[in-house]
Amino acid sequence: MDSKLAFYIGKRIILALFTVFLVITITFFAMKAIPGGPFLSEKAPSAAVTAQLEAKYGLDKPLMEQYTTYLKDVLRFDFGPSIKNRGRTVTALMLEGFQTSGKLGLIAAVLAVAFGLVLGSLAAVFHDKFIDKLIMVISTACVAMPSFVVATILLLLLCIVIPIFPSNGSTAGGLILPVVALSLSPMSYITRLTRSSMLDVLGQDYIRTARAKGVSPSKVLFKHSLKNAVTPVITYVGPMVAYILTGSLVVEQIFAVPGIGKYFFSSIINRDYPMIMGTTIFLATIMVIMTLLSDICYKIFDPRVDFN
Amino acid sequence: MKDINQMPKKNPLSFQLNLQSFEQATEDEKALQQRMRESTTFWKDGMRRLSRNKVAMTCLVIVTLIVMIALFVPMFYPYSYDQMLGVSQGATDASYNNLKPFEFGATEQARIANGEKIFPHIFGTDAHGRDYCIRVIYGARVSLAVGFFASIIVLIIGAIYGSISGYYGGKVDLIMMRIVDIIYSLPDLLMIILLATVLNQTLRPVLDTALAGTPLAKLGTGMISIFIVFALLYWVGMARLIRGQILTIKQQDYVLAARSIGAKGGHIIRKHMLPNCISVLIISTALQIPSAIFTESYLSFLGLGVNMPMPSLGSLASDALGGIYSYAYRLVIPAVAICLIVLSLNLLGDGLRDAFDPKLKK
Repeated sequence: MDSKLAFYIGKRIILALFTVFLVITITFFAMKAIPGGPFLSEKAPSAAVTAQLEAKYGLDKPLMEQYTTYLKDVLRFDFGPSIKNRGRTVTALMLEGFQTSGKLGLIAAVLAVAFGLVLGSLAAVFHDKFIDKLIMVISTACVAMPSFVVATILLLLLCIVIPIFPSNGSTAGGLILPVVALSLSPMSYITRLTRSSMLDVLGQDYIRTARAKGVSPSKVLFKHSLKNAVTPVITYVGPMVAYILTGSLVVEQIFAVPGIGKYFFSSIINRDYPMIMGTTIFLATIMVIMTLLSDICYKIFDPRVDFN
Repeated sequence: MKDINQMPKKNPLSFQLNLQSFEQATEDEKALQQRMRESTTFWKDGMRRLSRNKVAMTCLVIVTLIVMIALFVPMFYPYSYDQMLGVSQGATDASYNNLKPFEFGATEQARIANGEKIFPHIFGTDAHGRDYCIRVIYGARVSLAVGFFASIIVLIIGAIYGSISGYYGGKVDLIMMRIVDIIYSLPDLLMIILLATVLNQTLRPVLDTALAGTPLAKLGTGMISIFIVFALLYWVGMARLIRGQILTIKQQDYVLAARSIGAKGGHIIRKHMLPNCISVLIISTALQIPSAIFTESYLSFLGLGVNMPMPSLGSLASDALGGIYSYAYRLVIPAVAICLIVLSLNLLGDGLRDAFDPKLKK
């Protein structure tokens, strides 16, 4: 059993490493496939200046040499200088942005899991009662809403029609609405997941046994039911992180949060290729790691799952 | 009916059945053989279950209504989505820009004063004097079309890949599924943003020169890159699902029978296996459409989707964000439209799943 688990974890880590390598490779060659190179976007500089710039950024070397250099640099977490933000490195810009984005994403993820579990259990306990139906209607409606739609509607309602929240996300209070916008859809999804797996668990014989021998209702709920019902939620953590991170690229733009989305958005518009590459690789790595962790946790927490 | 005693006697050495050991069926037993009602087919059965599902039927009505509006209203609507009303009056007339709902431009007001009837601008006009209502309708058409065709692409690639992998099994299956695993673990939306950025740049010169004037050029780089990206990345979920179905169907006796009379693999997959996983194909395609619309609106919101002046719901919402303080309704209308389309398609897909394949229910 343990050797099987170790084998599984090893296999997953290798797959994850390969995925990250693939992301770096795709990103690199995709950017190289763009005709014209990064300096053609503005008023075209003279040939001599272009040649000098290319020499400065190492773009005059053969493609494979550039690729191996880039791979080595990425391993040292060095994504090169940003082309549009003169004098700053991509790594510095990303880390600066990620301080805010990471905080935003973490709060949103924690909120989504906490409220999702509570609401889902509530709906399952009061199955077919009014509360259950209310929770299900709201979560069904919210799960389909793209985060940028939620964000714009929140911005409109709570910043403009009834101005109780600041529309500028650079202050601490301004982070409330972006967090809500990001966590609403994953929260609804977790609510639905928890509800269905809780209903499944609550119908099991061991729950009836626990009740029959007089275990207190709260203990039955938290210790016997929730603990068993929580495993599907663990598998959702990986996709949730991906959803929140990509969603925050847009939501940050809407609420003017000075996060990684700001740089990413402007780098797409300005065609700041090193910045696009760096952000893609950085965010993709976080997503791959989170998916890896959630899959491994799932296998550890639920020994019934077979290793195929 | 002959009397049982008049039946020919059985030769004791013969292997014939002894007819005298049979009894005649009674009337009650004969009644059991009668068909009480028409036997139902797969489709009838599914449609019956679907029509009992109130939520799914409501969503079906909403979806049909939206599709009808998006398809037919632009045909007889008096304005077109890229017609700048102020410019079409001759000299540029700024009074047509940023009209509130049901307001009219200067020359239109003069014509109304003369007793002419003019079709109102139901949602007003945008900053370039284009009728906003037709832009929303056209945007819905673009979003629906992207969702539909992207799902068809996903269906075709996923079905072919998954059925080959599942049918041939062994090493072929192993290699094909490892490729699927790797593509599956790529963060899809990030890769889409990246590829859309790249394709937008690389496709533009090709479209402007070699393919100028073709329908492809009219679609624009954004749409084409969305389709390419879907064809490259999104089929993996479908391929996995189909492979799983094929693996179970492969064990069925009719597949063995077909193989034993010498049918080729491609024939068996096309004629015997795929028709038997039709429910999975329909359901997952139906659920793919809203996810494609979602992705398209996200990309358009980032400015990587459809090309100007073609609207999509995402790009309309994105454009409206700039004027949110003065023209909030311009943001609300496409946002509500996206939610309505995605939600009703999702619920309809769930309903189809419950009706056609109850086993798939989570």
